[in-house]
Amino acid sequence: MDSSQIVLIAWIAVKIIALVLVLLVSVAYLTCLERKVIGWMQTRIGPNRVGPLGLAQPFADVLKLLNKEIILPTASNRFLFLLAPVISIGTALAAWAAIPFDKTAVLANLNAGMLYIFAVSSLGVYGVLIAGWASNSKYALFGALRAAAQTISYEIAMGFSLVGVMMAAGSLNLQAIITAQAGGIWHWFWLPLFPLFIVYWIAGVAETNRAPFDVAEGESELVAGFHVEYSGTTFALFFLAEYANMILIAALATVFFMGGWLSPFDGTPLAATFAFVPGFVWLLAKFGFFIFCYLWFRATFPRYRYDQIMRLGWKVLIPVTLVWLSVLALAIVGHLAPWFNT
Amino acid sequence: MNFINLLFYVFSATAILSALMVVTLRNTVNCVLFLVLTFFATAANWLLLESEFLALVLVLVYVGAVMTLFLFVVMMLNLRREAQRERLTQFWPIGLLAIVCVTALVLLAVRHGNVIFPIPPVAQALDYSNVTALGNVLYTTYVWPFEVAAVLLLTAIVAAIALGHRPIKQGAQQRRQDPAAQIAVRRNDRVRLVNLPSVKKG
Amino acid sequence: MQRLFRYIKSFSLWDLLKGLRLTGRFLYGRKTTIQYPEEKTPVSPRFRGIHALRRYANGEERCIACKLCEAVCPALAITIEAEPRDDGSRRTTRYDIDLFKCVYCGLCEEACPVDAIVLTRHQDYHMEARGENILTKNKLLAIGEHYETEIAADRQADKDYR
Repeated sequence: MDSSQIVLIAWIAVKIIALVLVLLVSVAYLTCLERKVIGWMQTRIGPNRVGPLGLAQPFADVLKLLNKEIILPTASNRFLFLLAPVISIGTALAAWAAIPFDKTAVLANLNAGMLYIFAVSSLGVYGVLIAGWASNSKYALFGALRAAAQTISYEIAMGFSLVGVMMAAGSLNLQAIITAQAGGIWHWFWLPLFPLFIVYWIAGVAETNRAPFDVAEGESELVAGFHVEYSGTTFALFFLAEYANMILIAALATVFFMGGWLSPFDGTPLAATFAFVPGFVWLLAKFGFFIFCYLWFRATFPRYRYDQIMRLGWKVLIPVTLVWLSVLALAIVGHLAPWFNT
Repeated sequence: MNFINLLFYVFSATAILSALMVVTLRNTVNCVLFLVLTFFATAANWLLLESEFLALVLVLVYVGAVMTLFLFVVMMLNLRREAQRERLTQFWPIGLLAIVCVTALVLLAVRHGNVIFPIPPVAQALDYSNVTALGNVLYTTYVWPFEVAAVLLLTAIVAAIALGHRPIKQGAQQRRQDPAAQIAVRRNDRVRLVNLPSVKKG
Repeated sequence: MQRLFRYIKSFSLWDLLKGLRLTGRFLYGRKTTIQYPEEKTPVSPRFRGIHALRRYANGEERCIACKLCEAVCPALAITIEAEPRDDGSRRTTRYDIDLFKCVYCGLCEEACPVDAIVLTRHQDYHMEARGENILTKNKLLAIGEHYETEIAADRQADKDYR
């Protein structure tokens, strides 16, 4: 191992740490934003006491959680009990390696980037399952079983909608997918793949176990679902993982359907005016919108019943994706303008 | 020995050790988790061999879906009762046969190379895409086997559903919910608004 | 035909969009939060908050230890011990209210023949240590002295309805 290799590895490590730090801070502020937005929608004003406008609230929460005692239930499997939150946060962060932030700003520009993200995010369910089993508690086990069944079911619908993206872009590389959407807002995949976009988004909300698909937590019947027995730092890790996954799904929706870092003004007379804006800003603006949708949904929709979730996943979303994949295949073979005529 | 080679041996050792744990451990949940680790280490080795598609599909399909279902089932078992059973020694002849067969197969497959210290394959060019290469082969040379395999899998799924699906008995008291019908209910199906005079006359 | 219409409606996510529009409107709407310590909602003179023992204008405590409040208290929150004082009048030596037991029904105030025990309009109080939930006679008298003008005004305002 020569010195250039060491420098390379160190440089990659620095980039990883920077990304993780930014991610954790944005997760912290996402929790704050969530409380604010849901408050506003319920004609409240949300937290505003800690710091100006309540902006120090997430740090107060973090300090509180870190200072709390980690309670290990007596009958739990200790090693797995502590391993579960680590798996959760690990997989939630690992997927970020392949997300492109700008034309060149990507940690790992993988050939099979889409597959990588899909594979890593499908591992998150292990954290939930192990947590539920290791807690040795009925509520936790039920929460874990629900979460696992739901995640696996919706992964299929999500996978099919991603197959559509792959067909349209002709690549699994995330940068290639973005550049395939070049040419203005009407060339982004949300339009030709509209049903798949909606299915992806619904499945994404379900994958992250967020409202209205949060039966895994279901506080009205399962107390807190799979993480009932967790407290302090271990709970904080689950919490972080959930929000990191939310941001991830939002970022992926942006990359796959909303043209990633592409400017929405491309192909219009305004393109030159906005040419100075870095792609990173467009990416942030787009996934800010999706994040907001998450919070909006949570403030609006009542929780699905479990059998309805399964029905929606298997009997509605999957057939819809299959039908649209056939339509898409025809469109691609027929070189339908303006999307597939190149 | 460079860094990549070191990683290869680390992952190989992990794979073998965790595979050993899978067959020797008593706690079935731990077994499943070690099996997951085995898959992981294997996937990592494939990544080192620049076959990222296979590695990721292994993680996605086996770790992400199949093993989750395994874990699902195993969690439902009564651990204490399962642990008391002595199963490993009972089937050793079959196990031995399987080991011999698999080893022979592997040796056959790599008979041209050095088994203990394999020579790492030549690194591909930077723009080489494993996915494209695999796709080209699968959909040209091997298109028939590929499609037949797909149809077989589909048949298996249909068969599984047909076996698992219980038809509603004719005339039996039905106690199942139909979410579609429940969602389709409108207000007028359930509520009848009646106009009652608010004050009694007389 | 109706079936088809229903299909189109459910696949266009019409109901969901309607719901989203509703919450979206409230996002910009007026907020009804009361910023509590700085802002407060109006309190009725009948409000039943923390207890107080009153005194007459000449400084003599009103309570004559008749124990009617102790008898009527549905939560058994009041404990009274009484002895004749040096001047021969009957007074309490102990008058404890357990705030953890009290249900703030106001029956003690109704039962009191001399308007000694009253419930003030104050609801924001706290305790930091075990045992502070017991309001002793001294504490009750101190609360009464502190809020006397307000208590008197509240009784006056509600007089006509009793």
